[in-house]
Amino acid sequence: MARFPKPAEGTWTEHYPELGTEPVSFEDSISPAFYAQEREGIFKRAWLNVGRIEELPRNGSYFTKQLPGVRASIVVSRDLEGRVRAFHNVCRHRGNRLLWEGTPHGEAAGNARQFVCRYHGWRYGLDGACSYVHQPGEFFGLRKHELGLAPVHCDTWAGFVFVNLDREPRQTLREYLGPMVGALEGYPFHEMTERYSFRAENDSNWKVFIDAFQEYYHVPPLHTHQLGPTPEARNPEYEFEAAHYQLDGPHRMVSTSGTYKHGWPTKHLYPSEALTRSGNTGPWDAPDLGGRLPGVNPSGITRWGIDNFQVFPNLEILIYERGWYVTYRYWPTSHNTHVFEGDLHFVPARNARERLAHEYAALTFKEYALQDAGTLDGTQLGLEQRAFRDFPLNDQEILVRHFHKTVADWVDAYAREHAQETTR
Amino acid sequence: MSDPLLPPDFAELEPYAASWCLATEPERWAQRLRSSMDELQAFYDACFPRAEEAIADCDRFPLDALPGEAERLLQLLHSLLMVSYAVEVWRQPEVIHCGSARIDRVLEPRP
Repeated sequence: MARFPKPAEGTWTEHYPELGTEPVSFEDSISPAFYAQEREGIFKRAWLNVGRIEELPRNGSYFTKQLPGVRASIVVSRDLEGRVRAFHNVCRHRGNRLLWEGTPHGEAAGNARQFVCRYHGWRYGLDGACSYVHQPGEFFGLRKHELGLAPVHCDTWAGFVFVNLDREPRQTLREYLGPMVGALEGYPFHEMTERYSFRAENDSNWKVFIDAFQEYYHVPPLHTHQLGPTPEARNPEYEFEAAHYQLDGPHRMVSTSGTYKHGWPTKHLYPSEALTRSGNTGPWDAPDLGGRLPGVNPSGITRWGIDNFQVFPNLEILIYERGWYVTYRYWPTSHNTHVFEGDLHFVPARNARERLAHEYAALTFKEYALQDAGTLDGTQLGLEQRAFRDFPLNDQEILVRHFHKTVADWVDAYAREHAQETTR
Repeated sequence: MSDPLLPPDFAELEPYAASWCLATEPERWAQRLRSSMDELQAFYDACFPRAEEAIADCDRFPLDALPGEAERLLQLLHSLLMVSYAVEVWRQPEVIHCGSARIDRVLEPRP
């Protein structure tokens, strides 16, 4: 018996007939050739989130961001007029990686009036213009004003900084994000400036990892302990149903109803959950965020718990009912490895009690994400065995189905255009 | 006897202070993984019953102006939560089913 009403078609999947209900191939997650097409057809064309505006607190602030899937490092700056800009992190003179800390693979961040290349001392303003060439008289026909950093298309939305590596993006950032994600514009992300950041290098395709974070069907069996310490709480046979699924262009979302552990009897809680009044769904005592929160819980479910927005291709925004949010980003480094970044954002703690509630939520995230990461290394190995050609997906896995279809559509579109270009 | 690290009211936790007053999650994580379950259980059993009082003690001060003793007490509480997963949930230092995966915390608020 369904706990939540499904669309008139009977299932979420059939509500979107273009998805089909057939088993799905995961060849796209184990093929080096497909990965090469994804890099060109997706990561060099889509808008990619590289950070938050809070990382550029004042004019002259900058940070670098490596995009391993496209073998690029980008420098994002807030120039001296306050405009957010992005450039390839490469010196115009001899192609040296301009900004790094520790090693050329290390990210750099800080505040500067200009960028200086350590190799031959060329300098650039935060607007990318070349401001100094060492021994200019030695060059031939040097036109300094043409020797700026290579700009990258950059825009911000709701405080999220995006770049686009296409020569000319096909859509503006707002057109790209569409109405469903765009509706979050007024959410108070800017108040949640206390950040816990995590990074992992995983032995799985980036989509294999995303797939585990866009369905909750796996939660009762894999994360049995998450539910609680008692047999009543910890029931691996528990049948999960999400309250609402929604697709919008390449993006997708799921709303879940909450477990509301703050209402549970103490005996079904871990002692540290009761101590910190915190856990898997965050601190129980929510900050006051004012009135209605735009864009969240789009279907208006009662006992709303989490909104999970999957912003194509590789950004996930999780908004929790208790007034905090999480972002995940997944950066492919090969057909079967990727870098995972998880960031938890809270309204800053005002005292030690709130800090410990945030800490326990951050701990909980890592403990259970490690279960996913360990398991998904095994999924990659299993898929690479090619024992099966395709795999059955159920209605609670609709977002997995939509994601792989979208990836295929983008890669197909790229391949078609590329074929036309080469035959012209 | 070296100088106490914790406020006098929490002198009974002093034996754990040198090992567990750690400022960052990577240090606390590493300490959990190199400890035996007996060591983790002993620290947990000593610290958990005093945790509520310890939080209240820290909160006599603003979070950004904790005296050294209170800051170390807060670090000890962070370690208690780190250890709690091993004691309350997994009953082993490592996460169950994590394989060879690792996830590093690369940024966190202080203290």
